[in-house]
Amino acid sequence: MVFQYPMISVQACLDGILLGILFALIAYGMALQWGVMNIINIAQGDLVILGGYIAYFMYLYGIHPAWGVIISPIIMYFVGVGLYKLVINKVVDRDLFISILATFGISILFMQLMNFAFGADVVLANSGYGTTFLFDSAVVLPNSKIFSAFISILFAICLVIYMKKSKLGRAIRATAQNARAAKILGVDTEKVYAATFGINAALCGVAGALISITFTIHPYMGLPYTIRSFMIVIVAGLGNLPGVALSGMGLGVFEEFADYILGTEFRIGAVFLLLVLILVYRRFKLSRKREYLK
Amino acid sequence: MKINKIILSLFSALAILLSSSVTSFAKVVGDKIILGSAISLTGKYSSNGVHTQNGYNMAVDRINSMGGVKVGGKTYKFEIIYYDDESNPKRAAQLAERLISQDGVEFMLGPYSSGLTKAIAPVTEKYGVPMVEANGASRSLFTKGYKYLFAVLAPANLYLDVAIRTAVELNGGKGVRIAQAFEQDAFSQDVRLGILDAAKETGSEIIIDDKLPKELNDMAATLVKVKQMKPDVLVVSGHTKGALTAVRQIAEMKVDVPMLAMTHCDAAKLSKQHGKNSQYSLCASQWHKTLTYKDDFFKDGMTYAADFTKEFGYDPPYQAAESSAALLVFKDAFERANSFDQKKVRDALAATNMQTFYGNIKFAPGGQNVDKPMVLFQVMCDDSGKCENKVVAPLKWASAELIHPIPKWSKR
Repeated sequence: MVFQYPMISVQACLDGILLGILFALIAYGMALQWGVMNIINIAQGDLVILGGYIAYFMYLYGIHPAWGVIISPIIMYFVGVGLYKLVINKVVDRDLFISILATFGISILFMQLMNFAFGADVVLANSGYGTTFLFDSAVVLPNSKIFSAFISILFAICLVIYMKKSKLGRAIRATAQNARAAKILGVDTEKVYAATFGINAALCGVAGALISITFTIHPYMGLPYTIRSFMIVIVAGLGNLPGVALSGMGLGVFEEFADYILGTEFRIGAVFLLLVLILVYRRFKLSRKREYLK
Repeated sequence: MKINKIILSLFSALAILLSSSVTSFAKVVGDKIILGSAISLTGKYSSNGVHTQNGYNMAVDRINSMGGVKVGGKTYKFEIIYYDDESNPKRAAQLAERLISQDGVEFMLGPYSSGLTKAIAPVTEKYGVPMVEANGASRSLFTKGYKYLFAVLAPANLYLDVAIRTAVELNGGKGVRIAQAFEQDAFSQDVRLGILDAAKETGSEIIIDDKLPKELNDMAATLVKVKQMKPDVLVVSGHTKGALTAVRQIAEMKVDVPMLAMTHCDAAKLSKQHGKNSQYSLCASQWHKTLTYKDDFFKDGMTYAADFTKEFGYDPPYQAAESSAALLVFKDAFERANSFDQKKVRDALAATNMQTFYGNIKFAPGGQNVDKPMVLFQVMCDDSGKCENKVVAPLKWASAELIHPIPKWSKR
């Protein structure tokens, strides 16, 4: 099929890149707090969905859902900080397993609460954005997807600059490098942790608002987003922002091509296969390095 | 000391044994027939679970207020014990066990969804408890040889059958080119099997056959293929998510296809969420209020819809209507059996042949209802953007003429 209709390749690439950028934003949040706090947040996807519901409710009350990318992160920031103060600060120094359990619990709680509060219906917000046609309308791109990718990039750039220039950003980076040393040098790590978790939740809020515009949201739909961002981070490694962006887009494109070549039913399977291969390769590389050091 | 302990433990074992066996007494108490149902009041099926429960409750109230059930010259009233199965099959099976062996329920009403019905059916079968269910359409429910399971709804493989046949009819009896995308769950795959059968019988060709992963809410790849290969019909089934995603992306990507047929549009509130973009979509439905079936309790679909809206504040989806019909079937069977013997009631159920406001009901040996066709409605919108679902097929019940082919996006 890909060879029969060459334009499909262009379409697949563009679809994959746009999808990947959105996922990379969620993954970036995950990488950030994983790096700083050493916590794998299973509730990541549920934070995304909660952000989506905020945009959806704005849409219901007649506000254009695109405003959700501003309102949703503000609300989600406080949700994140609250969550940190309630639960995460109790597990932040413990081992990874405990934090996984804790965030898994939060994930279940969020799912049930959202189901209770918003109902079990699948919902979406309509942006009313049109469609862009390229190459004599052989390639079609919904503007909502382009908008999502654009906003994601914008937020990512802002965050990078913020991390580099601001005091808090520097404190966060210092804590990520060595929490104890940062503490000794006067960084209030408790505050840094809270802010990091808040920033992560805010990023999830942005992504959620974008997902409510481009896809659909449902209280139980969070887990796929957690898994996807987890994968992107695994592939890219921690603290590697260009890596996160690249692996996000790469996975997106790979997924689309897998869909055309292998069939839709193998799409997710192909992605997981790739993940296994990458993990094996990384281990292989690591062990070689170690040998070299010996 | 040791002997004392042994005697004590023996006694307590005996006490536990007695307490568990004593509670199971027949559940026709006084003038009440007690039915049991595990239903999804929380969890991912909770909205449809509530529709089901509302449907049951509405029928119970109606039957009770109109004279109840007459068995052996005495009048009985229905009552239902509900438990929340949390949308979880394992929990549903446990609750069925509890309803039967602890609460002593002798007759059951079905839960919501094929998956949960599948979990409960082996339990009711084991105890010989007749179950009338209204929300499990999966074909595999009816091929296992269950004797005590009766479904008032048409099986899943017939959901979109009528769409293919209509398309072939409009094509002058010649086969059509079908593109299909189905989620990989039991129900949607059953719908898919139905399409395969219909395609074979009508000489149609399936040119795209995508299976959508459960966690995916992006159909762009499938739609790109549709754009390139230009099929005559696009069929989609992936629950509410599938219907909403399909309409959104078809509109965004301006995919032109002469016919678009889906399931679960009702539950997706398609026209409410998508407005004019959902126009011309064809939707398979078990029931629609404009159908002209009649019975003594609810009169007809329009009256049922009006009464339901008055009581619960929203338009009845078909999940509610079929649930109400389940109680009409039970009442009819009890009266014909003239007994509360489970075996006799089961035989009476098997011999059911009646009309309800929801449709004709007659069970095949497998337990599925064979006397009620699926209907297709089409979303039709006026210039102000107000949309309505109108029945267009089968022709006998059509309240509007099918618009075919769907106008191209460039002309809409």
